[in-house]
Amino acid sequence: MARHEVESEVTGNVWKILLEQGAAVAEGDVIMILESMKMEIPVEAPADGTLAEICVAVEDQVEEDQVVAIVED
Amino acid sequence: MVSKVLIANRGAIARRVIRACSEMGKATVALYSDADADAVYLSEASETAHLPGHSAVETYLNQDLILDIARRCGADSVHPGYGFLAENSAFATAAIDAGLTFIGPNPEWLAAMGDKVAARKLFSDHGFPVFAGSGLVASAAEAASAAQAIGYPVMLKPAGGGGGMGMEIVRDEEEVEAAFKRAQAIAGSAFDDSSVYLEQWIDRPRHIEFQILADGRGGAVHAYERECSVQRRNQKLIEESPAPGLDANLVAETAQKAAAVCGELGYNNVGTLETLFSRDGGIGFLEMNTRIQVEHGVTEMVTGLDLVQDQIRLAEGGLLPDVPERNGYAIEARVYAEDAETLLPSTGKLHVFKPPMLTGVRVETGYAQGQTVTPFYDALLAKVIAHGSTRELAIGRLTVALRAFEIIGVKTNVALLTSVLQDAEFLTGNVDTGIVSRLLGNG
Repeated sequence: MARHEVESEVTGNVWKILLEQGAAVAEGDVIMILESMKMEIPVEAPADGTLAEICVAVEDQVEEDQVVAIVED
Repeated sequence: MVSKVLIANRGAIARRVIRACSEMGKATVALYSDADADAVYLSEASETAHLPGHSAVETYLNQDLILDIARRCGADSVHPGYGFLAENSAFATAAIDAGLTFIGPNPEWLAAMGDKVAARKLFSDHGFPVFAGSGLVASAAEAASAAQAIGYPVMLKPAGGGGGMGMEIVRDEEEVEAAFKRAQAIAGSAFDDSSVYLEQWIDRPRHIEFQILADGRGGAVHAYERECSVQRRNQKLIEESPAPGLDANLVAETAQKAAAVCGELGYNNVGTLETLFSRDGGIGFLEMNTRIQVEHGVTEMVTGLDLVQDQIRLAEGGLLPDVPERNGYAIEARVYAEDAETLLPSTGKLHVFKPPMLTGVRVETGYAQGQTVTPFYDALLAKVIAHGSTRELAIGRLTVALRAFEIIGVKTNVALLTSVLQDAEFLTGNVDTGIVSRLLGNG
């Protein structure tokens, strides 16, 4: 079982979280949507597996490269 | 008469409105959030007022606080700029109820044009061309029958949203059900409104828009077209006037038609009628923007009009301007704080920020060296507009100006802009909305 840390590509805030912890995900599924500079930036699952952890809450500020979720396959 | 204008906005457009007001001898009140406390436009306004907080919701979208400030400052009018509250009919209504002059179209117009399906029908009913489309569709079966009537391929679009989210191309009947479910799910989660509608899909269209000025008494004129096909993520990157490579008579006739319909409908103040031109000569209404446009400077450079001053004069009940013949060519590039390849936004302190000062070049920016670009607002750093007697000269001047623009501290899209300006297809005037994807290698 591998652990994939899902990082934010931008500085911004968490706009919406679309999936729940424990959800089965396929590579490319959108886990959450970040907002930065009025752009919605989807955060996608890097691999098929389970959404083991969501590390942020809606409206949290996030920094570039911050881990926002963990997917285990 | 308007004598003291509260500007419910920030950055480049706040600065632009302050300049227009100052030239007309009118006082201004500029607003600033915590993130904008050191912004350059503040020093140019007659007065400033603080909107505590960082996020747009706490600050530039905070209607009650903004109207309270207007009252306390003794402003007699409000200019909403673009974005934020500019097309919010509730805000315009509240401002008017508070005794202010709203420098923009009547609230009824903001509401009517905000409903994309109804707006399309209104213009169609008045004889403006539209591409085939549907009303709201409630099920995949309804979508399939509407798509059958329109003819494949079609585009499924969320009725309550924008920015390209949730849009799905449907190429045949087999794709309808899955596409309908995806579009509805994304529309529901992103916009809290899962309603969707269909439009005919246009292959690599030209995005052509018409600048309208109207007096609300049935008079309306146009100030020609702007070509805005160079886009990324459905946001414009490069705009120019005149539009190259199109039948000039067809464009002029459409401009006349746009002004005539706006006059008939009793539109007031400035607005922009956006259309798509298809490759086989079709023209269709896209939407009407009920505000000053980001790219208004392009029209100003070829006509000599001051569209912001015209907005104020029209809001005062003044006369429509005489629109002169166009002089030469103007082209604008939007410099964004974003990676030129990934298009992801970039934030940080502007250690160096030196806009070019060159003949025939105008730069509109809300930033100055030493300021920080924050994630709270849009990524527009500056608009660079170049004018020339020919399109080639205008493009050449814009290219030189972009290369001379020194920016250190955030990533910018300048390399993408200059690659578009050097693209062989672009230079021949054969522009379409797919050009950026092709240059980035994803289309």
